[in-house]
Amino acid sequence: MLATRLSVDELATHIPDGAKVALPPDYSYCSLATTRALIKRRAKELHLIGVPAMGFQADMLIGAGCVATVETAAVTLSEYGLAPRFTAAVRQASIRMMDATCPAIHAALQASEKGIPFIPLRGLIGSDILRERADWKVGENPFAEDDPIVYLPALRPDVTLMHAPLADKFGNIWIGVRRELMLMAHASAETIATVEDIVEGNLMDDEKTKAGTIPGLYVTAIAEAKRGAWPIGIPGGYEADHSHLLRYVKMAQTEEGFHQYLEEFVFETAAVAAE
Amino acid sequence: MADILLEELLIGSIASNLDGLRHVAVGASSPIPGAAALLARSRSNDSMRVSILGSEDNNFFTDGGKEIFDIAGEGRMDAFFLSGAQIDGQANINLVSVGDYRRPKARFSGSFGSGYLYYVVPRVILFRLEHTRRTLVDKVDFVSAPGFSDENVYRPGGPYKLITDRCLFEVDKTRRCFRLQSVHPGHTVNEIYEQTGFTFDMPDGDVPNTPVPDATTLATIRGPVAEEISEIYPAFAARVFGVGRAA
Repeated sequence: MLATRLSVDELATHIPDGAKVALPPDYSYCSLATTRALIKRRAKELHLIGVPAMGFQADMLIGAGCVATVETAAVTLSEYGLAPRFTAAVRQASIRMMDATCPAIHAALQASEKGIPFIPLRGLIGSDILRERADWKVGENPFAEDDPIVYLPALRPDVTLMHAPLADKFGNIWIGVRRELMLMAHASAETIATVEDIVEGNLMDDEKTKAGTIPGLYVTAIAEAKRGAWPIGIPGGYEADHSHLLRYVKMAQTEEGFHQYLEEFVFETAAVAAE
Repeated sequence: MADILLEELLIGSIASNLDGLRHVAVGASSPIPGAAALLARSRSNDSMRVSILGSEDNNFFTDGGKEIFDIAGEGRMDAFFLSGAQIDGQANINLVSVGDYRRPKARFSGSFGSGYLYYVVPRVILFRLEHTRRTLVDKVDFVSAPGFSDENVYRPGGPYKLITDRCLFEVDKTRRCFRLQSVHPGHTVNEIYEQTGFTFDMPDGDVPNTPVPDATTLATIRGPVAEEISEIYPAFAARVFGVGRAA
């Protein structure tokens, strides 16, 4: 079965307003090309799920007013510091926070990929993370006496958005060792991806590539986007554009500066296409 | 210790708390713990594994972001490092916010893996380079992870030491508090009292100085360890050791 191939702007329409969108962290494969398309189409009320944390992608979507809810273990720009639009939005209470811890996100997605309603997880008891999460419960280990454990409901994103080095025309997506993307695809109702390259042949034909490939079964649509992770990089591909990221962080310190950034690098598509 | 940097003292001190372990993991934004783990490995006679988030050379995981937590849950991780915007006298850590959670005065990145790893990793070393009453507080505003748990809560892990830019505390698990273990050269016990927002126990007798690394250790830190850490933290390695590319 052949994959649905779209432009990046068309791909972004697979994330409707209000959708629960699973996003990877900056050190994985992020589709910043689609982030810009979502901002351009003025997406609204998105519920972002960081698997398990998010970076520039989330900061931009939050700053652009596309986000209602953030469910994540962290939003961080790592060596570039705190995420300025995220922290401003939390301080102004303009987004709803669902703070988590990394393995809780992974475990809740694993429940979803297994089709089970909940999953238990160690840790968390006595923390304010748990206190603030009305959707999580403390239950008993049914196999032991007096052993409280946290139950997490299965987490089923409407859509996973990723960028990947390679796909084929069947919609198989090669993600190599970045297997959190495999978990995300399994757990989500739909997966959409931008890719650097759509190759000839079938990625399933060689066991070396097959081992790191998300089957097309999970994939709704793909779009080719060279340097689609820019301005962040992709591991094993290209480096982050450090001077651009520094410029982003500087501009995003204020709302005015951030909107100027959007004008220059998101709404002006010509500037984005340049490297 | 005129010619020994604070960073080198801390690297040596942390490493001496890691010797003999099988697997030490280091999280994000932790150049000094990362260097300490590499130092401990270099003298482990090849019996210690070190995994460092963000490293390509020191990252042996192949099953995605969840694997490091699964490894910890199974008991295959002996030591990890955590910090906090605030740390309190009961070893609670706060990585989330200051003030009211819903309308905070300051918001930080988030709890990351602390809400799990603090419970399951036997030797969690708390690390905070700003030792003031602003950071070491009587009670944290948000508990990302508690220092101690009720008797019936599964808790094979927890705090082991707290190291700052001024001193080293050890953890008294029975009394559930910190005890001053040593003061870094150039700092005083009075200063520790003045700059610490929580109460802590004192050792019997005089408080020793934190030992400075010996010449062999120092040579290892400045040589192979500096070189290795520059792969992950080039700016840190350039600033402290003058190796690798400029920041």
